[in-house]
Amino acid sequence: MKAFTYARAGSTADAVAADAMKIAGGTNLLDLMKLEVEVPRRLVDINRLPLAAIEPAGGGLRIGAVVRNSDLAADIRVRRDYAVLSKALLAGASGQLRNKATTGGNLCQRTRCGYFTDTAMPCNKREPGSGCQAIGGFNRIHAILGASDACIATYPGDMAVAMSALDAVVEIEGTAGSRSVAVRDFHRLPGNTPERDNVLEADDLITAVTLPAPVPGRHAYRKVRDRSSYAFALVSIAAVVEMDAGRIASASLAFGGLAHKPWHDPAIAEILIGKAPSKALFDKAADVLLAGAQGQGANDFKIPLARRTLHAVLAELTGETA
Amino acid sequence: MTNTLTMDKPDVRNRLDAMAQGIIGAPLDRPEGPLKVVGTATYASEWQLPDMAYGVFARATVPAGKVASIDREAVLAMPGVLAIHDDPRMLVNPAQGGAGKKPLQDIREIHYFGQTVALVVAETFEQATAAAKALKVEYAAPDDASVFDPESSAATVEHGPDTQRVQTGDLDKAMADAAFSVDVTYTTAGHASAAMEPHASIASWQGDQLTLRGSLQMLNYNVAELADSLAVGQSQVRILSPYVGGGFGSKLGVGEDSVAAAIASRELGRPVRVDMSRQQVFETVMRRSETRQRLRLAARADGVLTGIGHECLVSNLPGEQYAEPVTQATEFLYGGENRMLSVDVARIVRLCAGSVRAPGEAVGMQALESAMDELAEKVGIDPVELRKRNIPAIDPSQGTPYSSNTLAKCLDAGAARFGWDQRQTQTCATREGEWWIGMGVASAARVHKLVEASARVTLASDGTVKVETDMTDIGTGTYAVLGQIAGEMLGTPIEKVSVCLGDSALPAGPGSGGSWGAASSGSAVFLACEQIRQALAKKFQGDEEALSLKDGIARLGEASAMVVDLVAGKPIVGEGTIKPGETSKATRQASYGAFFAEVAVNAYTGETRVRRMTGAFGIGRVLNEKTATSQCYGGMTWSIGSALTEELAFDLRDGHLVNHDLAEYHVPVNLDVPALEVVFVEERDPHASPIQAKGVGELGICGGAGAIANAIYNACGVRVRDFPMTLDKIIGGLPD
Ligand SMILES: Cc1cc2nc3c(=O)[nH]c(=O)nc-3n(C[C@H](O)[C@H](O)[C@H](O)COP(=O)(O)OP(=O)(O)OC[C@H]3O[C@@H](n4cnc5c(N)ncnc54)[C@H](O)[C@@H]3O)c2cc1C
Ligand code: SF4
Repeated sequence: MKAFTYARAGSTADAVAADAMKIAGGTNLLDLMKLEVEVPRRLVDINRLPLAAIEPAGGGLRIGAVVRNSDLAADIRVRRDYAVLSKALLAGASGQLRNKATTGGNLCQRTRCGYFTDTAMPCNKREPGSGCQAIGGFNRIHAILGASDACIATYPGDMAVAMSALDAVVEIEGTAGSRSVAVRDFHRLPGNTPERDNVLEADDLITAVTLPAPVPGRHAYRKVRDRSSYAFALVSIAAVVEMDAGRIASASLAFGGLAHKPWHDPAIAEILIGKAPSKALFDKAADVLLAGAQGQGANDFKIPLARRTLHAVLAELTGETA
Repeated sequence: MTNTLTMDKPDVRNRLDAMAQGIIGAPLDRPEGPLKVVGTATYASEWQLPDMAYGVFARATVPAGKVASIDREAVLAMPGVLAIHDDPRMLVNPAQGGAGKKPLQDIREIHYFGQTVALVVAETFEQATAAAKALKVEYAAPDDASVFDPESSAATVEHGPDTQRVQTGDLDKAMADAAFSVDVTYTTAGHASAAMEPHASIASWQGDQLTLRGSLQMLNYNVAELADSLAVGQSQVRILSPYVGGGFGSKLGVGEDSVAAAIASRELGRPVRVDMSRQQVFETVMRRSETRQRLRLAARADGVLTGIGHECLVSNLPGEQYAEPVTQATEFLYGGENRMLSVDVARIVRLCAGSVRAPGEAVGMQALESAMDELAEKVGIDPVELRKRNIPAIDPSQGTPYSSNTLAKCLDAGAARFGWDQRQTQTCATREGEWWIGMGVASAARVHKLVEASARVTLASDGTVKVETDMTDIGTGTYAVLGQIAGEMLGTPIEKVSVCLGDSALPAGPGSGGSWGAASSGSAVFLACEQIRQALAKKFQGDEEALSLKDGIARLGEASAMVVDLVAGKPIVGEGTIKPGETSKATRQASYGAFFAEVAVNAYTGETRVRRMTGAFGIGRVLNEKTATSQCYGGMTWSIGSALTEELAFDLRDGHLVNHDLAEYHVPVNLDVPALEVVFVEERDPHASPIQAKGVGELGICGGAGAIANAIYNACGVRVRDFPMTLDKIIGGLPD
């Protein structure tokens, strides 16, 4: 780890003006600093900012940026009205980590690509222009959707996948004032600038995430991984589906483990809405999801796995298993 | 004089059963447990020595070649930096278990990616870490291209040790003539030991005397390895390793940290602590080789084997002697007169391969036991029955009798406890919601070895008992069982027995490895106590065998006395040494068992969950039911890892280990491990040791993954021949 200075922010304005990297729970940042993947010269601690509340807002909920993952998952309003979010949070990491991890930090967690976390390896995300060693290497956990020749990493988190399905909005405070960005637009595809995971500028501070008013329907978060717990998703699906008279009345889905961002494609819901559930219908939805899917070798299995997992989730939520 | 026993004939006296204290075998708590829970057990890196400096390794970022230059000035100018070492005595990789001499030295030559290339020493751990990372090293490319893939045609393949070769009869003919046969190839992934405590050493010199606080499993051998590496006399080296946070083979031999700490400390004239990061432990301490195993089974119509072939390919660095002994249990487990067993070694550039958790059987048995399941299906008989039909009367490879063989009893006891009769013969017969349910069985076997060991026991004038040996306790229960043996033999309540371990100045033990620890060091303690009993019996002018000791009271015939009165202010010291002898040649010694597993396989995603698992084991005398059971729980847990999750992922372009931490190298977590059930088939093996105990630690791994593989097949009809059986290997074969 390289030497750095540390200061605690007294206000959100302080944090924005600090010209420093934000540290919240530190569960991702400290690991990366030890590996010297992140080498901030200055840290500003945002844990004591008044951003730890979950409050009603605009028919939905406003979640402060330093609300802990454990607290958010356990909140009775979240469990009742946004079960998919609670389930996604509880599917992530471990109890100890969730006690420290924050809403803002979770959104910004970095990829688990094993070449990104090893400073001896070329990696365009860590060192733009150095190359992508994951291509042609061990890429079991890498992307099958939206990857580029510059980077095939995945966004590893669970919480944001549920937030994408719920169409949540990120509130950001920056040097030029505050702005809002839909979670669906918050993370980026790698393109030629994989060093940028999301739309945040260096000084930006996430202050909150707002959830819109609850929508009716059944919620599921299905996470498929290499062991029963404490592993990142190979494929995950956040889904809210409402049935009416044997037909799918509304559906909202987002996918984790497949791309550099939680994958949301409105065309998938369009295929489903208004139709009676069936295996053939689910297959059509999977066709839309996977139309542009491209394996990298060690992760080719994610293509059939995503299809199968989508079948499982839709069967569970619609009751259609025939 | 030391009471020495060479195990030349079976010890049928069963002395421990004749003792009166009644604590042998009892499920007593580990005495050091509370210290570990509250954090007062001091692990290697936790000693606070005055004026200590800190060393951290820099790592090679190429897989081969030579160090051409190191930019020392820049790093020496960094805050707190004291020295940079690349002394030619520093180790390329740890010593192999039991080597007793130095391993490969000279880190200026690069043998694999991630190898240590220099030690940077600084005033603080943080300064040393930053400086080691900043060290710029230039490399000269090697002359020849390196081979990183054991399956590459460019890899040089050599025969493994001749001791691992068995060839009798004509297997090809047996296969051709067989009523039923199986000819299949299984592969298993490489494994890391994944001990919780990372490797660390603190070296301090007093004149020419070195004290090394380390995390090591076999001190007697480690002293020799360290002295040889440093080119000093063995009498100059003392190693302390009272608590070890898991070893699993990774701490059998002295490692890079110990030698580097000693060199740095000598030069600096201050104690030096060297810590390895988790990633460095993964990258530079032994791996278990991946394996490719061709299994051929030839059987008569009734399933009785006429031939067995187990031909394997493993890998290691060029020049390394060690070859994963994959066929070790295949030698003696099942009959069949036509046999062909071999292990070949592909020479590749990856970190050194060595002992990891039950070397050999851990991966060999899971493949053999899967193949046996394939045979049972072909023959059309119950897999338990197939195994029982193939238990030979004598060791089919050596022609020697078994010291004891509990396989049939274990299969029966395990089947009864598990409810094996509920198993459906047909695959895909049970479905619960999204899950296919199935059951599988496998045999367990692990060679038993008695290793020379000494111990000293002191009966003090206050009636307390002290046991001393350089044996280590790597979390297995050594402190508990050695105390129990002494307490039982000397009629001393366990609260009055203390056990001192992990100091090389104490009588040499066998070290913790290969599951020989409890039986070997326990026998030495037993013999030392026998000597004390003789001294006490003498006070009655009587025979030791007639002496009864219980709760501090001695009885012999009509006479009785308080033990403290007999000791009369003069502590009695007993010394015992056990040596392996003729019985290990005259008989085939092993511990046996049987695994039964029930799994659920998700019909959509191919995820496998072990729902319950039963293990029945015959380990000779059970010295402590609790610690023995815990050992079996641990073994079965590792077998779940080997079955489903554990895999070292190497990049085939440079041989570097990609998943070098515990987030991406997946050991089973709590949710992967269901309720485990352990049944002991009690026995006394008089050939194995004078305490009639055999090895237990590793047995619980040896075959368990096969039971899980067979259960997966029984559940969903998918036969996976590539371990770990991750979901990607299952989804393609699932029924619609
Ligand atoms: C072993 C392990 C397993 C894990 N498993 C999972 C899993 O299964 N699923 C999963 O989803 N996650 C998992 N995680 C990741 C975990 O969820 C994240 O580490 C955590 O959510 C990060 O939150 P934090 O508050 O600790 O962030 P920090 O580490 O403090 O910060 C992370 C990043 O976010 C930035 N940041 C933090 N807050 C703000 C803010 N308000 N505004 C702007 N930038 C900010 C920081 O500058 C930093 O770049 C795992 C982590 C570990 C170590
Ligand atoms: S996939 Fe992305 S993060 Fe991984 S090595 Fe390539 S560029 Fe780096």
